[in-house]
Amino acid sequence: MTDENLRRTPLYALHLELGGKMVPFAGYEMPVQYPAGVLKEHLHTREKAGLFDVSHMGQGFLAGDTAALERVTPADVAGLKDGMQRYGLLLGDTGTILDDFMFSRLAGETDLYLVVNAGTKEADFAHIGEKLKGVATITPRFDRALLALQGPAAAAALERHSPGISDLTFMQVKRTTVAGAPAIISRTGYTGEDGFEISIEGTDAEKVARALLAEAEVLPIGLGARDSLRLEAGLCLYGHDIDDTINPAEASLMWSIGKRRKEAKDFPAGEKIMAGGFAKKLVGIRPEGRAPAREGTEIADKSGRVIGKVTSGGFGPSLNAPLAMGYVETAFAAAGTPVDLMVRGKALPAIVSSMPFVPHNYRRPQK
Amino acid sequence: MSEVRYTDQHEWIRLDGDEATVGITKYAAESLGDVVFVELPASGKAVTAGGEAAVVESVKAASDIYAPAGGTVSAANPELEATPSKVNEDPEGEGWFFKLKNVNKDEFGKLMDADAYAKFVEGL
Repeated sequence: MTDENLRRTPLYALHLELGGKMVPFAGYEMPVQYPAGVLKEHLHTREKAGLFDVSHMGQGFLAGDTAALERVTPADVAGLKDGMQRYGLLLGDTGTILDDFMFSRLAGETDLYLVVNAGTKEADFAHIGEKLKGVATITPRFDRALLALQGPAAAAALERHSPGISDLTFMQVKRTTVAGAPAIISRTGYTGEDGFEISIEGTDAEKVARALLAEAEVLPIGLGARDSLRLEAGLCLYGHDIDDTINPAEASLMWSIGKRRKEAKDFPAGEKIMAGGFAKKLVGIRPEGRAPAREGTEIADKSGRVIGKVTSGGFGPSLNAPLAMGYVETAFAAAGTPVDLMVRGKALPAIVSSMPFVPHNYRRPQK
Repeated sequence: MSEVRYTDQHEWIRLDGDEATVGITKYAAESLGDVVFVELPASGKAVTAGGEAAVVESVKAASDIYAPAGGTVSAANPELEATPSKVNEDPEGEGWFFKLKNVNKDEFGKLMDADAYAKFVEGL
């Protein structure tokens, strides 16, 4: 793709002003880092708060018989309560993962609010439109902007511009205002930290972003730190850790399938996915040394036989150690299993690890 | 008296008598971003000009580091194992990668001097 074909979010000019280093990502020109650099941006988000432009992601509203979304996702859509958001997988007819997405039921509204990945948004909405034809309609809102404010100080910083917002708990969502602009705000994110995702009109994006960046706790954060934060949090990146060759059982994402749905097996390839017995599984991996193992690195057993491949790998600034995710033969998927990572022709010892690598810090409701 | 030369791959090599020290330039360190791991050659390893001699891993990616001139590795910077961030903090000083003996002086002589390298970087 040539530069002329790359799209820009409403915050493009602000990214340049902030010194963002722009790179092509999912068809957009996005900041991979700002002058602080990936390491500092990552650590700042875990210590204070970071602002991410995720306006390239695909937003939309589903109207009509919204429960029919269960035709294309194994998540419990019908059972989602007012004011709540949920994670779901978009499945193709054979049960493989077309995308992962968030869906919300806003209090007092009949439409479902959806957020899907940037690289798949057109295909996702086309698929949903086709499978729900005649019962529900999807309206893309790719013109809307989406900001993520993440980190332990996110609530305090956002509260100053959206009074009352810190009453939300993890996975709650509501319509409100931020810096005077109408917004849909959820207490969610993809860093493992407490935080919010803020959906606003594209024309309000710069005003809201500037208001939040003016807070002492908040730094702008690029895609580089977004990737290391989500990897430490053990969260999958579509197109890398999951794609349309992988099913939810292989991807260790069975938790995203509602209990009612597991019992009914009424989703694409439901019988097959619930039967299990698949050859490979997604696991976390901790190299024992300091060398990172990148995407594509072969994973071998201790006899040297290749048993899998790394799908995401790098260095975790908060872990202060390398970390990876990848698929291994199911017999090697138990946490604690010793394996080797084949990096530059050398077998580097590593251990299959449970995830997240860094504990989640969500604001769950008090029980 | 020492003399420093540069490659178009952004390594520097400083010749002090019969021994040379090799590292990456400030420009390279800034382009790579935060360095998190450096794989260094073992002492006694023979390297050739332009041949792979080390690997530097930043938060973004892995990059090969090439020997600016042929020679035999006589030492690797022991500090970089525990504090790879020295490459970012002081790339042309404490963040050196390895030392060479039996340096090929002809190959050294063909490399860019500081002025030529500065012009080269300006043109990038």
